[in-house]
Amino acid sequence: MHEVVHHLGYLAAGLGTTLELSLLGFAGAFVLGTLLTVMRVCPIVPLRVVGTLYVEVFRNVPLLAFLVLFVFGLPDAGITCSLFTSEAVCLALYFATYVCEAVRAGINAVPVGQAEAARAIGMTFGQSLGTVILPQAFRTMVQPLANVFIGVVLSSSLGAAVGVSELIGRTQWLDLQYDEPVPTFLLAAAGYVLVTLAVALLAGRVQKRMAVRR
Amino acid sequence: MSASDRVLFDAPGPRARRRIRIATALSVLVIAGLIALGVHQFARHGQLDHARWQPFEQWPYQRFLLRGLVKTLKAAGMAALLALPSGALLALGRLSPHRVLRVAAGGFVELFRSVPLLLVLYVFLMGIPRAGYTFPVFWELVIPIVLCTSALFAEIFRAGVLALDRGQSEAGQALGLRRRQVMWLVVLPQAVRLVVPTLVSQLVSLLKDTTLGYVVSYGELLNEGKVLGSYTHDFLQSYLTVTVIYVVVNAVLSQLAEALERRGRRRPKAGAAGVGTLVPEPRGELNAEMLHGG
Repeated sequence: MHEVVHHLGYLAAGLGTTLELSLLGFAGAFVLGTLLTVMRVCPIVPLRVVGTLYVEVFRNVPLLAFLVLFVFGLPDAGITCSLFTSEAVCLALYFATYVCEAVRAGINAVPVGQAEAARAIGMTFGQSLGTVILPQAFRTMVQPLANVFIGVVLSSSLGAAVGVSELIGRTQWLDLQYDEPVPTFLLAAAGYVLVTLAVALLAGRVQKRMAVRR
Repeated sequence: MSASDRVLFDAPGPRARRRIRIATALSVLVIAGLIALGVHQFARHGQLDHARWQPFEQWPYQRFLLRGLVKTLKAAGMAALLALPSGALLALGRLSPHRVLRVAAGGFVELFRSVPLLLVLYVFLMGIPRAGYTFPVFWELVIPIVLCTSALFAEIFRAGVLALDRGQSEAGQALGLRRRQVMWLVVLPQAVRLVVPTLVSQLVSLLKDTTLGYVVSYGELLNEGKVLGSYTHDFLQSYLTVTVIYVVVNAVLSQLAEALERRGRRRPKAGAAGVGTLVPEPRGELNAEMLHGG
């Protein structure tokens, strides 16, 4: 018990790594996912095909299998980066499909009349999407995106399986070192519960403020 | 894709068509370039050599991976078999009138929804054995999955029950059914049918979760990929093969979920999804009848 309390800072740093990974991964996933959605609705057929194919493949890959392939497989082909970068990239690539689903649902929630109005005043595809539809779509997407973020936080724990020293990795190390399973695991669980609760609460607040009254 | 993308751009005129043609050609070039770059990168490090892929053409290796796949399916099947009923029970607990039951089920669901599976797995792998209980490797993998997935299933079931039109349970009560009878005879059969597609697509993520067998060294597909990779010293090929197998298996499951969803949409559903479209009509008729009668 004593040693675990003594190493609170060590665990907190692990939580920090978890958050860093999650934020980076989510930011990447957000950009890529939005891009994928645009690709899937744009009139250029090859881009549509690539977007659809990407979603089909990455929706069905287990994250851990992908992570292991990335970390232990790709170096054989001369592609190496640090463990942290690898995991952030994997999270971004993997969760892009989830963001894509959320964005797609958000776009579909925008009334068709909005798009028709944008077309009617002569906006191009890019203009109507960028200035009329997406800004409205993002407002209805707060809750789904928050769920994706929570998914990223929980999944970032898989990094421990390939050696990233985030919260779970450090929990495991502490447990092996001091043989205090109960407080160590409870602290780690508390860390994750805290983060997920905070995100859920924040999302609820933002959702309320951004909601479009129709 | 949907109604909205047909609105996003008009039928293109000659200029737009030319622009789309140019963009198409450009995008094909870029995509081909990226693929060529990848292939070149692989080839330069000798990763495309036939010798490196040759093991996967041999039956003993294939059989090894196939056994891994069977074990993956076994773990996933067992986890699903246990998680489905416990998820339903948890949902019933959360909806029950007894406060203690409600709080207990709610606490369980909320806890296991907000904790990573890997943490639960480590508790079973390293925490509990120290208290003197040890499980076989199979259960060390399956029990954590069941705990986390049943919490997710509980939320799905609960959403199904809550999405059902309240008129259904009110009608049941009006017939003099007890609360339990209303739940089992009226609400649950419809709610379950409503959530079947969601449950099936959740099975995909359950199957993905079994890759954690890699951590507990249970011989499922990913773990066998690791073993094979360290045997042939070709991790890239082995993990790539395993990943492709996962994609194929999960794609089949996803297709099944989509087919179920399409079927569910075709059939008129009692209560829930039809609320907006189906219910108002008969009510209107009823009113007209009443007016005529009066």
